[in-house]
Amino acid sequence: MSIAAPAAGRLDPFDLLEIDALLSEEERLVRDTVRGFVRNRVLPGIEEWFERGVFPRELVAEIAQLGLLGMHLKGYGCAGASAVSYGLACQELEAGDSGFRSFVSVQGSLSMFPIWKFGSEDQKREWLPPMARGELIGCFGLTEPDFGSDPGGMRTSARRRGTDWVLNGNKLWITNGSIADLAIVWARAEDGIRGFIVPTGSHGFTARDVHRKISLRASVTSELVLEDVVVPASALLPGAQGLKAPLSCLNEARYGIVWGAMGAARACYEAALEYARTRVQFGRPIAAFQLTQRKLVEMVVEIEKGMLLALHLGRLKDQERLRPEQVSVGKLNNVRAALEIAREARSILGANGITLEYPVIRHMNNLESVYTYEGTNEVHTLAIGEAITGISAFR
Amino acid sequence: MKIVVTVKQVPDPNSPQRLDADNTIARDGDVVLDPGDACGVEIGLRLKEAHGGEVVLVSMGPERAREAIRKALSMGADRAVLVTDPALEGADVNTTARALAAAIGSESPDLVVCATESYDGSTGMVPPMLAEVLGLPQLTFANHVEVNGSTVSVHRQTEDGYQVVEAPMPALVAVTAGIAEPRYASLRGIMAARNKEVRTVGVADLGLEVPAPAETVEGVEDAPSRQQGEIVEDDGASGVERIMALLQAAKVI
Ligand SMILES: Cc1cc2nc3c(=O)[nH]c(=O)nc-3n(C[C@H](O)[C@H](O)[C@H](O)COP(=O)(O)OP(=O)(O)OC[C@H]3O[C@@H](n4cnc5c(N)ncnc54)[C@H](O)[C@@H]3O)c2cc1C
Repeated sequence: MSIAAPAAGRLDPFDLLEIDALLSEEERLVRDTVRGFVRNRVLPGIEEWFERGVFPRELVAEIAQLGLLGMHLKGYGCAGASAVSYGLACQELEAGDSGFRSFVSVQGSLSMFPIWKFGSEDQKREWLPPMARGELIGCFGLTEPDFGSDPGGMRTSARRRGTDWVLNGNKLWITNGSIADLAIVWARAEDGIRGFIVPTGSHGFTARDVHRKISLRASVTSELVLEDVVVPASALLPGAQGLKAPLSCLNEARYGIVWGAMGAARACYEAALEYARTRVQFGRPIAAFQLTQRKLVEMVVEIEKGMLLALHLGRLKDQERLRPEQVSVGKLNNVRAALEIAREARSILGANGITLEYPVIRHMNNLESVYTYEGTNEVHTLAIGEAITGISAFR
Repeated sequence: MKIVVTVKQVPDPNSPQRLDADNTIARDGDVVLDPGDACGVEIGLRLKEAHGGEVVLVSMGPERAREAIRKALSMGADRAVLVTDPALEGADVNTTARALAAAIGSESPDLVVCATESYDGSTGMVPPMLAEVLGLPQLTFANHVEVNGSTVSVHRQTEDGYQVVEAPMPALVAVTAGIAEPRYASLRGIMAARNKEVRTVGVADLGLEVPAPAETVEGVEDAPSRQQGEIVEDDGASGVERIMALLQAAKVI
């Protein structure tokens, strides 16, 4: 055991503002538990999964055992944790890799949440417990090849045939698509946009993976093709009417991203700080150069601000006061900040920064997806613009 | 079966260790449940899962030690007793063993599970002293534990294998860190831990007299840093011999 000199007065470089003290004991325990899981189970394999472009499905059971799937939902085998605990879990998962946070977001917020929120009692009892146990994986089909930021224009259709529904159309960029057991498919019916629980084994349903991605490689992204897929009336989510239903799901998932992005940013900052203190050039650690210090300081300042923002939104959410425009502020700011931090960290690592030996370029590339999905930076800007001016610039 | 597991909060092994001015371990930095104790909790939980009963945690430490206790409760332990008292600050092993024994004694457990040594103090003295004070047989260095009826048997790790040692219960088992991978606390477990009892007791409640420390640490010095090794150049003949001689001198071969 080495006895270092008393570090009296030295601030924790990873908790400069003592944000830890704002968390309850239980919240810290949730965070540390997920952090331990990521350290032991995600980090040892992530470089290889990312390089090979695979999501390690074998970890789903362990993620479920931790209680992370649908963790913020109450009842039906879900953990019923607070919004802040859910956020902290997202932060730790994304400090490992955005692909893991994406998996948990899609399962919990985009697949389980619509059933929990808009489903019938029978649907909830049938689907939620096995999804919480990780036995069934879900995906969320909203985006189409021709309708991304503007999902209201979707072409996927739902027509009645007797008491059944017949679905036709294409969905693109669907996380978990080809590993999913069920898809929440949003389609245009006579009375507007409706949501359906579609078993992926249904006749006429196919999922094809998107290849050659250089972002979110440890996550499955697919195209869903629905050709005369017939589902019974019981597949319709009775409570989901209109575009606001899928948008409310995205709002849940985005909330997790507000936290998650700061996890990825922290991982980059950690790597950069460590590297800067040990890499010697011109006879001094590069951390001794003012330009490097400035980079590191900008990083930590943005991370601390972003974490306070996430925590504030989480407290609002736990009081059931959180508004979608407020989530937009968090998504816009934190993902943008995280991407800038990743790029700065990459520069500090020099040539080493371009390899998968260090986590930085992996996070940097992942964050490009995070910047785009769940509402692009521009769309959130316009949503906030509308909120403050009362004038919509995009609808 | 009632199983008591002793647990302790220790400075986080991942952050630098410091001492206070009186040479006791500084406990104001990051702290965690002792990783060795987490293995003890795991064994306690496995035995409970196999044989039924209850896992009771007993800890001695400041109020803050509740965090470590909460972690062990989140893993699945049923309830906890925290021995906390200003009079116990800086307690040596003798006092620690007596205080823990007083708290454990009133629980009348069938089995007491300890880690072999704490991560921070590393004396390895508490489990044997505790067994002695409680008047229990002690099975130490256990890397495997089994309960059959009213006996407990362990594999006692030795340098070249293990001994099978058995004792009637009640008994005390000190487990090695390698005995089992501690489970993660699940979110459900973390939330269930909210409502689990953590009873605090002081020296007065235990009817304990705190003796003056039998032992104090007078000074601590860093281990000498490693000297540079000898580089043996292989000139085709004497290199191998020289290495053989070095290995023999080091009693490696
Ligand atoms: C890895 C990954 C996973 C995904 N997972 C899912 C999933 O599981 N389910 C799902 O349904 N979708 C998913 N998506 C899709 C994602 O939500 C869309 O990519 C996103 O909504 C943007 O749509 P788009 O890519 O078609 O871009 P476009 O909408 O074509 O936008 C292109 C550019 O134009 C800008 N733009 C568009 N409209 C305006 C405007 N009015 N004013 C100013 N600028 C504008 C955008 O901000 C962007 O910069 C995923 C995407 C990725 C990359």
